[in-house]
Amino acid sequence: MPTHTFKLNGKQVTVETEDSVRLLWVLRDLLGVTGPKYGCGLGVCQACTCHINGKAFNPCSVPVSKIKPTDEITTIEGLPATVDRELHPMQEAWLRHDVSQCGYCQPGQIMTAVAKVRQAREAGREIGDADLDELRNVCRCGTYSRIREAIKDGAEHMRQAGAETARPAPSSSPSPTPSHTSPPDKAKDILEEVAGRDSGLFSP
Amino acid sequence: MTASNGPRPDGEPGRPAATPASAESAPGGLGRRRFIGYLIAAPTLAVVVPYSMTSAQAAAPADLPVPSLPQPEEIVDLGDVQNLAAAPTSGLITVRVHEDGTASFAVPRAEVGQGMTTAVAMMIAEELDLPLGKVRVTMADARPELMMNQLTGGSNSMRSIYIPVRTAAALARQRLVDTAARRWGVRASDLTTSDGVIRHKGGRTATYGSLAKAAAASATTRLETRLKSPDDFTILGTPQNRIDALEAVTGRKQFAGDLRVPGAKPAMVARPPTIHGTVAAVRNAGAVRRMPGITDVAVIEHGVAVRGETFGQCIDAIRALDVQWKPGPVADESDATVLRRLRKATPPMAVPKLPVLPKHIDAEFVFAFASNSPLEPEVAIADVRSGRAEIWASLKVPIVAQEDIAKRLGLPVHAVTVHVVEGGGSFGRHLFHDVAAEAAEVSQKMGKPVKLSWSRTDNFRQGRTHPMCISRVRASYLGSSVLAYEQRHVSSETDFGHGFGEMLTSAGSKLPIAGNLTVAESIFQLSQSSPYDFGATTQLLYEIPLKFATGSMRNIYSPNVVCAQELVVDRLAAAMGRDPLAFRRRYLKDEKLKAVLERAAEAGDWGRTLPDGVAQGVGVHHEYRGAVAVLVEIDCRPETVNRPIEHGVTGPRVTKALIVVDAGFAINPRGLEAQMIGGMNDAIALALTSSLHIKDGLPLEGSWDDYFYTRQWNTPPTMRVIVMPNTRSTPSGAGELAVAPAFAAVACAYARATGTMPTRFPINHGTLGFEPFPTQPSTPQSPTDGLDHAF
Repeated sequence: MPTHTFKLNGKQVTVETEDSVRLLWVLRDLLGVTGPKYGCGLGVCQACTCHINGKAFNPCSVPVSKIKPTDEITTIEGLPATVDRELHPMQEAWLRHDVSQCGYCQPGQIMTAVAKVRQAREAGREIGDADLDELRNVCRCGTYSRIREAIKDGAEHMRQAGAETARPAPSSSPSPTPSHTSPPDKAKDILEEVAGRDSGLFSP
Repeated sequence: MTASNGPRPDGEPGRPAATPASAESAPGGLGRRRFIGYLIAAPTLAVVVPYSMTSAQAAAPADLPVPSLPQPEEIVDLGDVQNLAAAPTSGLITVRVHEDGTASFAVPRAEVGQGMTTAVAMMIAEELDLPLGKVRVTMADARPELMMNQLTGGSNSMRSIYIPVRTAAALARQRLVDTAARRWGVRASDLTTSDGVIRHKGGRTATYGSLAKAAAASATTRLETRLKSPDDFTILGTPQNRIDALEAVTGRKQFAGDLRVPGAKPAMVARPPTIHGTVAAVRNAGAVRRMPGITDVAVIEHGVAVRGETFGQCIDAIRALDVQWKPGPVADESDATVLRRLRKATPPMAVPKLPVLPKHIDAEFVFAFASNSPLEPEVAIADVRSGRAEIWASLKVPIVAQEDIAKRLGLPVHAVTVHVVEGGGSFGRHLFHDVAAEAAEVSQKMGKPVKLSWSRTDNFRQGRTHPMCISRVRASYLGSSVLAYEQRHVSSETDFGHGFGEMLTSAGSKLPIAGNLTVAESIFQLSQSSPYDFGATTQLLYEIPLKFATGSMRNIYSPNVVCAQELVVDRLAAAMGRDPLAFRRRYLKDEKLKAVLERAAEAGDWGRTLPDGVAQGVGVHHEYRGAVAVLVEIDCRPETVNRPIEHGVTGPRVTKALIVVDAGFAINPRGLEAQMIGGMNDAIALALTSSLHIKDGLPLEGSWDDYFYTRQWNTPPTMRVIVMPNTRSTPSGAGELAVAPAFAAVACAYARATGTMPTRFPINHGTLGFEPFPTQPSTPQSPTDGLDHAF
């Protein structure tokens, strides 16, 4: 079976699976990183939005073979580390505005918001209603107006935190030796290395 | 947002009691009543209260000196029936205090985004004098002994658990105080509590944690307590953020698909090209089983299940399966055939016996099928072994799920453990346990644990829907008097087979209104009532028995019924030469509705000058003992309607939305505001953009770019919620309350902006703004070009 290696939230990881498996399933089913959500698998709802080399994309729509060893994938779990903080300024804005309802779309919303703010700044302007109207992320609870308020607020705090340029998560050294994963038995170890927490492991 | 800290009068004066032990009408209200609970033997302090005190909340009938006789909903509403049904059960709920100073409570309700856990934590924090951050609220497994007390629906949770949960917390606080008093040899009355600490006036202190063990009982002990007066509240009634917000924004919040149960590998189902079709033959099961990553293939009731290492490989397997299908029960039905059947089933209006010859306004409104699918696809984990089964899923009626799954698996009920997981939305979908039952079936047939997920396309095409319906209205008037209002609501059948039926037939039959009504008719009568003085008023439901997969969608019948009603109200106003708002002010009989309407008119600047093609609209609605007025502005000018959005519908845009809500007692104004905002966006979708098109027994919609739920480009740039000063001491329902009046306001605004009253909803249903996915294979392949769209 082919192996695939890339940087995930600052650490080099290697997985063994077919080339065509979309990155979302590699993250969720093989590596146990469950912040990116499955909402459609069609590149429509944006619930799985992550960053590749600092840019927003949908891992449900990218075969893992297209990810290069040097590519840096950042999920919601790795977002705070990109600014060396406990929480990214956009996450803090989300908390201030109590944006979430069910919360299912929120990791994707936040990852999109960060990229959208950077995109506007790179174009030399502040994020405005026209930019917000371009956001495609579905929130079926309909908390859209709070999302808009939080993004404007978060953009301001991103400037103060110097988080305006696309920066992947910092590499930690030493990188773990690439180890191939045969799911799901080793997933827990990988996950703890990647996310640094006991995420996803459910003991009934 | 306006949150009130104004007076919170107990009770509603002048309202006689409809049910026994109505606390609101009892002299002195809730504040002076004593509430009973029990200490139970446990390692640390544990207090239980019976749920039966929920009857204390049953509301009283309205005393209405008006020409229109009260309709059933005004006497007893759906939530009251749920409360009555809950009353005789012996189920107990338990608040525990731990040595780390926290309190915990496993609530027998489902959190699906509505903020229920936060509100419950607030109740406990308030009565215990504990910081909100020290209260942990989890969801209870299915508890058969609770009977209908474990149903999350009808916007009833806050109404039914407000008193019992507070009582348990108040008893726990009282026990901690008594324990400290005994230990210190002082009088309990010389002790005070705050922030989880007990203080003696002499300066001595003890944390709750340090007393949790000592306060524990060794045998069941009966206690009495009083609840805090609302005047002393410091948490209840104040805006609070959700207790799970940090988990949500960090990706740590776990939904069913995120749980890791040993051996529960991904599973999906290849589905038939018609709703509830079945399998005739699978021609290549062996070959599919040998595909990379695939471990199992099994034929199930409505499809062929596959299990593998990743969901992506399951999709590959579904697409490779060669299945011969048998048609489902509605294979010959399409939008047009259903509409024909509905029209045929619509009864004629009864001509009211009036002494004079009135004028009529007649109108018929058609509402297309709509999907209640949340963003999280249906997911359940099932581990079925010989003699036992364990299930994890978001379930609003877990005890019905438990019974049904046990029956299907051939196991006794106690051998099936059902864990309730937080849901990524519900909107009615999780009242049913379709995916949990299917996961159990798959696990049993494969002999292995599975994490079963429906695909997005499954959710739209095979998931439950709010069925197509028509509402026919006749309003009869003479001069400036409305003499009669008749509404005939005809719907394709809605499935209530999730427990509501059992509850209504046992409790509803004891009510004066029930008679021989069906379950659906009962729910309709318990949720609908005209708020206007329109003389002889009748609103009746008729159903046609078509076997689509249906279920309640947020606010059930009200969005359609109220939209039709409010459009006709605007027509009446026009016929009498009156402004829509002035007309409502004159004819509304409900004082709370008048109050929210006045507030909306003032805050929303009703009647302000707007360009041609832009207009205001207003809608009002009362339900769940709450009242809402919505005022919107809609822009129907061509440059707005035709604004380009790739793969998205635009159309008219609601540019401003104002929602004014009287929720009785607003437990958490910030959470209430969130529910109003969500209801508004649901309403915009229902009025303008979102519907299912049925063709040959299957919806054409397969993704969120086909089913146009409101997106950022259609949401109002200006959204405001005003929470009225509290009018009662107890909360109304709130989760669904905004949908109906908001739908009506958008429809009325559209009619005024375009000069044409819309009669088909959503207004863009007549156009198909997307190319449907093929019906087979049932799940489309994921794209591969995601990197081309990175930004």
